[in-house]
Amino acid sequence: MADKRIIYMDHSATTCVRKEVLEAMAPYHAERFGNPSSIYSIARESKKAVEAARGQVAKALGADPDEIYFTSGGSESDNWAIKGVALANRQKGNHIITTKIEHHAVLHTCQYLEKEGFRVTYLPVDRYGLVSPADLEKAITDTTILISVMYANNEIGTIEPIAELGAIAKKHKVPFHTDAVQAIGNIPIDVKAQDIDLLSLSAHKFYGPKGVGALYIRKGLKVHNLIHGGGQERRRRAGTENLAGIVGLGKAIELATADIEGHNQTIRALRDRLLKGIQARISDTHLNGHPEKRLPGNINISFEFIEGESLLLWLDDEGICASTGSACSSGSLEPSHVLMATGLPVEISHGSLRLTLGDANTVADVDFVLGVLPGIVAKLREMSPLYKGKKGG
Amino acid sequence: MYSDKVMDHFKNPRNVGEIENPSGVGEVGNPVCGDIMNIYLKIENNIVTDAKFRTFGCGAAIASSSMATELVKGKTLEEAWDLSNKAVAEALDGLPPVKMHCSVLAEEGIHKAINDYRKKQGLEPWVEKNPHAHEHVEGTCGL
Repeated sequence: MADKRIIYMDHSATTCVRKEVLEAMAPYHAERFGNPSSIYSIARESKKAVEAARGQVAKALGADPDEIYFTSGGSESDNWAIKGVALANRQKGNHIITTKIEHHAVLHTCQYLEKEGFRVTYLPVDRYGLVSPADLEKAITDTTILISVMYANNEIGTIEPIAELGAIAKKHKVPFHTDAVQAIGNIPIDVKAQDIDLLSLSAHKFYGPKGVGALYIRKGLKVHNLIHGGGQERRRRAGTENLAGIVGLGKAIELATADIEGHNQTIRALRDRLLKGIQARISDTHLNGHPEKRLPGNINISFEFIEGESLLLWLDDEGICASTGSACSSGSLEPSHVLMATGLPVEISHGSLRLTLGDANTVADVDFVLGVLPGIVAKLREMSPLYKGKKGG
Repeated sequence: MYSDKVMDHFKNPRNVGEIENPSGVGEVGNPVCGDIMNIYLKIENNIVTDAKFRTFGCGAAIASSSMATELVKGKTLEEAWDLSNKAVAEALDGLPPVKMHCSVLAEEGIHKAINDYRKKQGLEPWVEKNPHAHEHVEGTCGL
């Protein structure tokens, strides 16, 4: 087991920390450990490091540094954006618009607010997972106080028309939040040009450390605090800063956004080789998500007649790390809400496989997966009563 | 999350396939729930002389089918009927709580196959002793 080759194709779940990021973080654990809020010189060094990272994040988003707030990650950023805007605008209205395919950090926050008296519209998506700008505009009412639409979907990789949606939100003067956790490093972002008022991001999705993220809040926007306590983050987010994590986030976002187009070309070429290879070798497949408007490293494909968890177990046996939208792997026994929202039949959603490629993947990795996947699918289909029925014996 | 036993029966499933002219067939599950099991039994002189299966489902469903067919082989019809989902799960060194329904499915599959045989023989089908098991076990799909 120890020397078994691991092929990691689950980059939408998390990524490894890049060497340059690790190196940047290293001094901030044991040497430059000062509390950024203290007054002595090593603390001032810490403060400088936090502000440098803030600058790096701001630059990557086209924001001002004082519009960036560090958090514990994507979930906190989403919670803060949604609860914070909702509570700050209670007098204006109680209506929130989001979509059916958001991450649970957004969906469950909205469901919580529904229990607290807010009204939430969950916009549908088309078969590719796209939100319609016309649907958004129709859903806006006088009481709408927040719109939250994810930049790119974590499961099927579909990229939403964020600039168009942002322009509609702006026209109706409704704050617009986007969960951009999957988008950073894959899509060029400019919060001003794209009319984004709040944006969530998380370092571990772009080769930074886990447990650190950020929320961009447009200057002047009213948002209640989520974490109360000390005066950190200009009195808007309490808690001693995750110093090494923040330094790592800054370095990671700088590297991830340095050459997005170049990175995308490489990843997309690998992804397309893998996807075309799968489609050529295996029958009865269904590509989930949009054929073009999708994250460069994302494949989400359903294999009819088989179940995803079995597939993952066999892939794991070959050292391949992937994920599925099947209910049977989630512990909840509910199939992926994203696949359901695209109208995919439940039984086909059980056979979905998500492969998300990243910087470390090679042509050899792709060809290895193409070498073993058809055999695994065939083995499981051979065992499946559905396949037998379909093939008439 | 799975025991070595489960992984063994998942990766090397015993008794995959069908029996020609089976004495009884049990088809249980639902594709919407993500698992379907077909159990085939050959019964001679009140003894289960062969058992096979086809399953669409997760690792636990495949391992439960494999183990259940192993356990009923060579048993009398009465003994095979008494095979509980718990016995299947225990023989697999346990299943995660959300996967217990997979063992229930195996028990149901065996029961259905036995009653299919009894009906073909012009005998009264046996009545489920523990229908509660199917409603209260954790992780049922609700369909």
